[in-house]
Amino acid sequence: MPPFPKKWLIVLLVLGFGIPLLNPLMPDVVSSYRLFLVSTMIIAAIAVLGLNLLTGFNGQISLGHGAFYAVGAYAAAILMDQYDVPYYATLPIAAVICFVVGYLFGQPALKLEGHYLALATFALALSVPQILKYKWLEGITGGVQGIVLSKPEPPFGLPLSEDQWLYYYCFIVMVILFWISHNILNSRSGRAMMAIRDYPIAADTMGINLRLYKTVTFGISAAITGIAGALSASAIAFVAPDSFNIFLSIKFLIGLVVGGIGSLAGCVVGGIFYVLVDNSAQALSTFIKNDLGLQFDLSAYTVFGILLIALMYMMPMGIVGGVYAAMRSLRRGSKGPAPSERPAVAASKPAASRQGH
Amino acid sequence: MVTSRRGFLSGVSTAAILSASDVAFGQKKYDDGASDTEIKIGHCCPYSGPASAYGVIGKCHQAFWKAVNDAGGINGRKVNFITLDDGYSPPKTVEVVRQLVEQEKVLLLYQTLGTPTNTAIHKYVNQKKVPHLYISTGASKWGDPKHFPWTMGFQPDYHTEGAIYAKHMLSRIKDPKIGILMQNDDYGKDYVDGFKEGLGKDKAKLIAKHVTYEVTDPTVDSQVIQLKDSGANVFFNVSTPKFAAQAIRKAADIGWKPTQYLNNVSASVASVIKPAGYEASQGILTAAYLKDPTDKQWDSSPDMKAWHAWMDKNMPGANQADGNYVFAYCVSALMLETLKRCGDTLTRENVMKQAAGFKNLELPLLLPGITINTSSTDFYPIQAVQLARFKAESWELFGEVMHAEST
Repeated sequence: MPPFPKKWLIVLLVLGFGIPLLNPLMPDVVSSYRLFLVSTMIIAAIAVLGLNLLTGFNGQISLGHGAFYAVGAYAAAILMDQYDVPYYATLPIAAVICFVVGYLFGQPALKLEGHYLALATFALALSVPQILKYKWLEGITGGVQGIVLSKPEPPFGLPLSEDQWLYYYCFIVMVILFWISHNILNSRSGRAMMAIRDYPIAADTMGINLRLYKTVTFGISAAITGIAGALSASAIAFVAPDSFNIFLSIKFLIGLVVGGIGSLAGCVVGGIFYVLVDNSAQALSTFIKNDLGLQFDLSAYTVFGILLIALMYMMPMGIVGGVYAAMRSLRRGSKGPAPSERPAVAASKPAASRQGH
Repeated sequence: MVTSRRGFLSGVSTAAILSASDVAFGQKKYDDGASDTEIKIGHCCPYSGPASAYGVIGKCHQAFWKAVNDAGGINGRKVNFITLDDGYSPPKTVEVVRQLVEQEKVLLLYQTLGTPTNTAIHKYVNQKKVPHLYISTGASKWGDPKHFPWTMGFQPDYHTEGAIYAKHMLSRIKDPKIGILMQNDDYGKDYVDGFKEGLGKDKAKLIAKHVTYEVTDPTVDSQVIQLKDSGANVFFNVSTPKFAAQAIRKAADIGWKPTQYLNNVSASVASVIKPAGYEASQGILTAAYLKDPTDKQWDSSPDMKAWHAWMDKNMPGANQADGNYVFAYCVSALMLETLKRCGDTLTRENVMKQAAGFKNLELPLLLPGITINTSSTDFYPIQAVQLARFKAESWELFGEVMHAEST
């Protein structure tokens, strides 16, 4: 995919920094609730970024990134709750813990390819809430009751509201992580990661250490998703096993597939999409029932599913991929994307078929 | 769905007739979410996701407020009941509750469902000073007016109920050896903690075996066999309906005949006892506070008749054997009464004041002798239960109504 145009990036960054400052001036438009909602979108975008590094750029499918998200969230929560670590200091620690967990999980995962890896990670996501409830860990995880935390307060006496500060906190972390990811991907290591995705045998022949790259990518991916988890612990100010059920992992995958596999901008679009749809699916289903007069209930997940199927037909490369393709065909005046511009198709297929349920 | 005024009156406002309005009439006062024409109430529960079985409670509330509006509303105001889906996920609950409070600007939140979900918003609603009333969870922590003056529970808490079983058992059974089957979540934990507290510290060794299951397990057969093998002669069954029925059935099948205590959550005749078999269920003990719609002894009671008529009219097609509808109807009747008493002073403060001012209020479908009592220091509306023993095809209440003091 072509890189994101720089001038647009700068415009977006300025907007991202500037708009929340309007909160006191326009409390109805830039409301605290909307800032909070955007913060959750940012957190989702970071989690999807973690997954994208693994699935989109390295070709390893994970249905279990909710597990790393949970580990990050709990690591941060326990550090704040038991050891009085300030909230910002929990991020690097959570990242390191998740890196180690992801790296270790990547070792046996080396032997698993494609669907089998997807199933192994699925099992991981299913088991994490149970592990959190385990009686030996109850002392620190709080068991089923979870851990109640405090919300981050603005530092240095900055004249910001809690929600404004939470937004900036998430936003800054997101910018840093995307910058790091961008640099990784444009380095030798990044090209090695993508080479493994495209032709593992060829990559191996060229001297790339598959074992090392795959496990380290797993680790980095887990670390980034773990940071998202740690941010969510601060944003929600509460963690409990029920927050990390299997649907969470599925939602990350939805965000990834919808946003665009193998695209950094796609992570942001995917994060926004899943929070937005999750949020409005219910409104949409009541709209269909009451205003269109359909006689049965459509659950939020059904709406989700229908939207996904429609998107997969219209934009098989996700929203970002679709937009690029549209722009290209507009410019050339011809139709359809060039076949060579379709990375990781193999990865997107099983991922997409899972969403149909 | 058109509800006539008379049909509604006979159904809903048993409670209303009983109350004497003590509102000072005068000028009208409103907070966010209230006006001359409307009262906005916020609610969330899982309509989707793993706990969506509880969604029927939300649907019953919707039907209830629709019926109230069709009958003219409350003191001339229509209720705008906004209910959102939180999928039983705490982060989602935070999001939807903030939406309700900050975007929709509701007057109050009521019946938000679940222990972890309510824990996630507990601090927030108290900071915002939004009434958080009659919430749908049996955890014991919701009646803490000192630290959380805006949050109030409804049902007798699980902790107290567990303690009641323990005390009853200690007084009746010589040399008890206890086997516990527990659902491995906050609800199961709360019951067992209360039970252990009721036993007392030195008696904890009376527990011969404590086994757990997950909601996702297909059966609890192996757990019941383990309990039998432990030689237990008391069986404390802390499970949700499907598993409770399995456990009772399995115990009978393998010839294990302990004294059985069944948690109130699974006291439904239709969904637990009948599938387990009447034969296998004789003598089971439970503690109740609501009338079971499938229990024949209530068939002729006026409130049960009115409820059946109300259900036929407002929720046609719903399974009237489901105790969740009874629960939802009873809670909504309390909310209705609270709002009626607020009169024209629809401020958040006054809502809390009225909610904390009930003396022996009778509600439809509560067991005879059980009433709503609250005060500025007592945020547990229902603290009484009555023990019941299963005999023939229904629950036979025995002993006194017990007024448990919660810890």
